[in-house]
Amino acid sequence: MFNMTKNVVANLFAKSSTRLYPFAVRGHFEGFRGTLHINIDECIFCRTCQIKCPSQCIAVDNKAGTWTCEAMSCVYCGVCVDVCPTSCLSMSKEHRQVATEKQTMAYQGVPKKKKKEAAE
Amino acid sequence: MARTILPFGPQHPVLPEPLHLKLTIEDEIVVEALPTLGYVHRGLEKLCEVRDFNQMVQIVERVCGICSCLHALCYCEGIEQIMGVEVPRRAKYLRTIWGELHRVHSHLLWLGLFADAFGFESLFMQFWRVRERIMDIMEATCGNRVVVSVNVVGGVRRDLSPEQCQWIEQQLIISEKEIRQLQTTILNDYTVKKRCCGKGVLTKEQAYQLGAVGPMLRGSGWAQDARQTGYAAFGELGFEPIVEYDGDSYARCAVRFRETLQSFDIVRLAIARMPAGETAANVEGANEDDTPRIISGNRGGIMQSYNRDKHHSITAAPPPDLDIPAGSLAAKVKGKPDGEAVTRVEQPRGELMYYLKGVGSKNMDRVRIRTPTFANIPPLLAILPGCELADVPVIVLSIDPCISCTER
Ligand code: SF4
Ligand code: SF4
Repeated sequence: MFNMTKNVVANLFAKSSTRLYPFAVRGHFEGFRGTLHINIDECIFCRTCQIKCPSQCIAVDNKAGTWTCEAMSCVYCGVCVDVCPTSCLSMSKEHRQVATEKQTMAYQGVPKKKKKEAAE
Repeated sequence: MARTILPFGPQHPVLPEPLHLKLTIEDEIVVEALPTLGYVHRGLEKLCEVRDFNQMVQIVERVCGICSCLHALCYCEGIEQIMGVEVPRRAKYLRTIWGELHRVHSHLLWLGLFADAFGFESLFMQFWRVRERIMDIMEATCGNRVVVSVNVVGGVRRDLSPEQCQWIEQQLIISEKEIRQLQTTILNDYTVKKRCCGKGVLTKEQAYQLGAVGPMLRGSGWAQDARQTGYAAFGELGFEPIVEYDGDSYARCAVRFRETLQSFDIVRLAIARMPAGETAANVEGANEDDTPRIISGNRGGIMQSYNRDKHHSITAAPPPDLDIPAGSLAAKVKGKPDGEAVTRVEQPRGELMYYLKGVGSKNMDRVRIRTPTFANIPPLLAILPGCELADVPVIVLSIDPCISCTER
């Protein structure tokens, strides 16, 4: 009983442990998996990320040169970032903004030409 | 007095989890309790047929949010056994550290919810404030607060730098101090004792016969803990389970409280003894012979081996092999799991068991998960009859139900 009273008094004078949220934002630690980003210019459309993604939210079309990700089904596990051979995927520490509609990240890149075409 | 049937849950103000109990009440006294499971069934086991065995790591993590790391650990250990992958020692220590941090945050969560169940709101907030520090450690070291996603087949994906280790130790010192301040309240307070002591008593024999696991079993006097089997780095850390003998809600609460403090010690010891080196094995074409093998995980599954006097001897701190450079963090595992394995790890709620069967294709043939709450429901049904209706929430919470785990 006395212990808790002591605690209550201490808490009365201590700094608040909560924040006034929209005005005081905590921010994230280094290495937090917040949002997925792609540098589409370096993507070689190898489809490794599509194959390895556990939630199967990435679709890569190597003919059209498109890379799309259903942002709403991504679970931010970071597997695609680990497996991408050209390291064009990255995670930033700011988490994705709330949205009222389903979002898809769609990117259009230049598909890699076949060797024969490239030689012509 | 006529009997009344009272539905308790799945949505109930005091339940953190959607458990449904059909309580037969006679004069405010429970005479019978019948559970209904399946409210949050998601069919995660079935997913092993369409996702490959590496993707399943992320899926089994989502069986349960609170102990995600331990689900992945159990699964990865199973696959590693089947494929004969040797996990680097540093990875084993890292798994231990994150696993124990998960136990700390789960127990703190539970201690808070338990306080909330008997109406001690301020204690609930105090525990959750401490828990926030542990969540911060998780976010800073793993990249996420809850579903940490650090385990992969063959090792772990992240490493701890010396600065991070130091920071974790500092945070643990502060958290431990804060928890110790709450010790007298949660363990000695008159109100807490009044609500918990002698409520929902599970005798030692009942606990054994009904197959209770985890704090439920240890609260009834059995010194059984899957960590004694020495998975991850526990074989080298010298672990002894915490036991209480009364078998009531209070004993279970005391077990969890003391385990929280014990986990702090384990994390510190693991950080101190963590060898340098790689964090993930690089496996190419593992498992050449194609005869299916049955490997019973974690050596010896019978009660007798959990003799209280027998514990792992504390090995001297091994010389850290400092000159091995830290290798790639993402394990490259080639080859397909072919064979069967049973693995057991100690989740915060008790013993978790995975049965894995691979048939040499990239999809597993069977992933069977037995979660601790599933094992703890029969004992719960045995202790509910005879208690007052007002005590039902406290008793149900004292088993630390995790229904999302149970129904997968
Ligand atoms: S793995 Fe990388 S390079 Fe390959 S398709 Fe995905 S983003 Fe592009
Ligand atoms: S972070 Fe995970 S879920 Fe999201 S796109 Fe990458 S692999 Fe898929």
